[in-house]
Amino acid sequence: MEKILEVKDLRVSFNTYAGEVKAVRGVSFDLAKGETLAFVGESGCGKSVTAKSIMRLLQPPFVDIKETSQVLFNGEDVLKMDKKRLRNYRGNDVSMIFQDPMTSLNPTMTCGKQIMESLILHKNISKAEAREEAIKTLKLVKIPDAEKRMDEYPHQLSGGMRQRIMIAIALACSPSVLIADEPTTALDVTIQAQIIDLLRELRDELNTAIILVTHDLGVVANFADRIQVMYAGQVLERGTVDEIFYEAKHPYTWALLSSVPKLAKYNKQELYTLKGTPPDLILPLEHCPFAARCEFCMPICKERMPEETVLSDTHKVSCWLQHPNAPKVKSFYEREV
Amino acid sequence: MAKYILKRVAYMLLTLFLAATVTFFMMRSIPGDPLASMARKLPDQTKANFYAKYGLDKPLFEQYTIYMKGLIRGDLGESIVYPGRPVAQTILETSPISGLTGGIALTIGLVLGIGLGIISALYKNKLPDYIVTFIAILGITIPVFVMASLLQYLFSVKLGWLPTSGWGEPKHLVIPVICLTFGTIATYARYIKSSMLDVLNQDYIMTARAKGLSESQIISRHVMRNSLLPAITILAGRIVGIFTGAFVIEKMFSIPGIGFYYISSINSNDYSMTMGTTIFYAALFIVMQLVVDLVYTLVDPRIRLSDNK
Repeated sequence: MEKILEVKDLRVSFNTYAGEVKAVRGVSFDLAKGETLAFVGESGCGKSVTAKSIMRLLQPPFVDIKETSQVLFNGEDVLKMDKKRLRNYRGNDVSMIFQDPMTSLNPTMTCGKQIMESLILHKNISKAEAREEAIKTLKLVKIPDAEKRMDEYPHQLSGGMRQRIMIAIALACSPSVLIADEPTTALDVTIQAQIIDLLRELRDELNTAIILVTHDLGVVANFADRIQVMYAGQVLERGTVDEIFYEAKHPYTWALLSSVPKLAKYNKQELYTLKGTPPDLILPLEHCPFAARCEFCMPICKERMPEETVLSDTHKVSCWLQHPNAPKVKSFYEREV
Repeated sequence: MAKYILKRVAYMLLTLFLAATVTFFMMRSIPGDPLASMARKLPDQTKANFYAKYGLDKPLFEQYTIYMKGLIRGDLGESIVYPGRPVAQTILETSPISGLTGGIALTIGLVLGIGLGIISALYKNKLPDYIVTFIAILGITIPVFVMASLLQYLFSVKLGWLPTSGWGEPKHLVIPVICLTFGTIATYARYIKSSMLDVLNQDYIMTARAKGLSESQIISRHVMRNSLLPAITILAGRIVGIFTGAFVIEKMFSIPGIGFYYISSINSNDYSMTMGTTIFYAALFIVMQLVVDLVYTLVDPRIRLSDNK
């Protein structure tokens, strides 16, 4: 499949008073046309920072993307784009929706104008044409009374409606890649399902590639094609949805899977929680970042970073347990049942 | 909307009534009377005639009812210290002078204050920001009369560029306007800076950036309106600030504005004049508050005045 986006050795740091916080530490992945890739991991694992780096939305001097990092969109390095090309890239080639629809829309601008803004900017069309287009987009994201909503302000709409407006803004110029940064986190559960259904329909209709950032495995399971599990700014395991859900090899992935509540009728088992907290990202961490919380931790885990083991074309894992000399451990699947 | 305004006007009248009442009794509780400052050695009969003429010999409460009845008819009376000069006429003649100085000062203050605030926010923690902060701190901490004296000393005495005081030519306006405008510049510069920095950190600015807007488009379309909104709130306060600053400034620079006569009338116990000007000021401020509230509904779609409740 044709690659639309390639990220190579992405390293992002925040310059703080306490020191350099290395939020993303060498993340590489690629995205094919029309594919959906999910970033999964707990808060602070660098998934959002990775997503924003693809849009170059993090501003220097506080944020520093390392020179050696590359974000290639159709082979063109986003990190080296000049201002003009970057503006054209944002919103037109790749666009983004954010976590909180309550705060992500300008409160003093009508919804219609906010959608028309990117159309006028990228499509070089008149106001009247942009209005027509915007109404079409509103209908596409299934907003009832599209014409009426055009002239309403964000505060007049519910959270779910506002997220639909956000999606309309993002999709107005039919970008090839849509980055959805926790698009359902701020919404209640029934609305979450509606928004995910909508994204799925739009993806199939417009053939947009999607990067979905989330910590909700339930959302991922029936929406994504591939998953990459992130921890402390690194990708620990990646694979197709089936590989991650049914053949996961990394203890951290197992921990994530164990933390999903099960809806069995007579389930009196206490919900699994992973003890401890992720490491401080100011630390250099030249060994496996998960070592301190891993129940299978071996001496080598606290000394060196494991290489990525290739299990299949799509399934890769970074764990010392994959080493031929490592002991066999009971995996998540064997302990379940 | 109409109902809201009507309700506000009713409250305004009540406020004015209270202001008039309080001022009336406070003025009378100050020792002395209009004659005390004019001439001390008047024959008793002349004094008695004088008191009788202005009704000052009547019991206090009766004087109050007489005054309030006049007020309801729109009659502010006649100056006691300057006989033959109706208070209303003095206000009409002098308020445009204060309005002119205050208006110029407020306009310059708003333009410069907002402008400096924007510069300060855009160049945060850089030289322009430090300069603006320095100016703002000076403007807030130095009282107008100190600044007035310093500027008079510098421009009039030392350099001889501008007259120390007087009225009639544009050059007379320069120092008073600088003094009056400084507080507004300072307040607005700081206020706009913090409100703009706040807006720049909002999520919807990230949305705007993700759309592909340039920084200048983001500032003009998304940042400006949202960061100017809170600035409207302090506008009423700044108008009051400029007028109260004008009391001192008009006296110091001998500008024949309403503030000048206000201070004189208080000093000479000119009851009717003080009452008239106080009511004028009170009315002005109350109207300004209403105007500011109405302007708010025009610029912020989230605020719509509801007729119920």
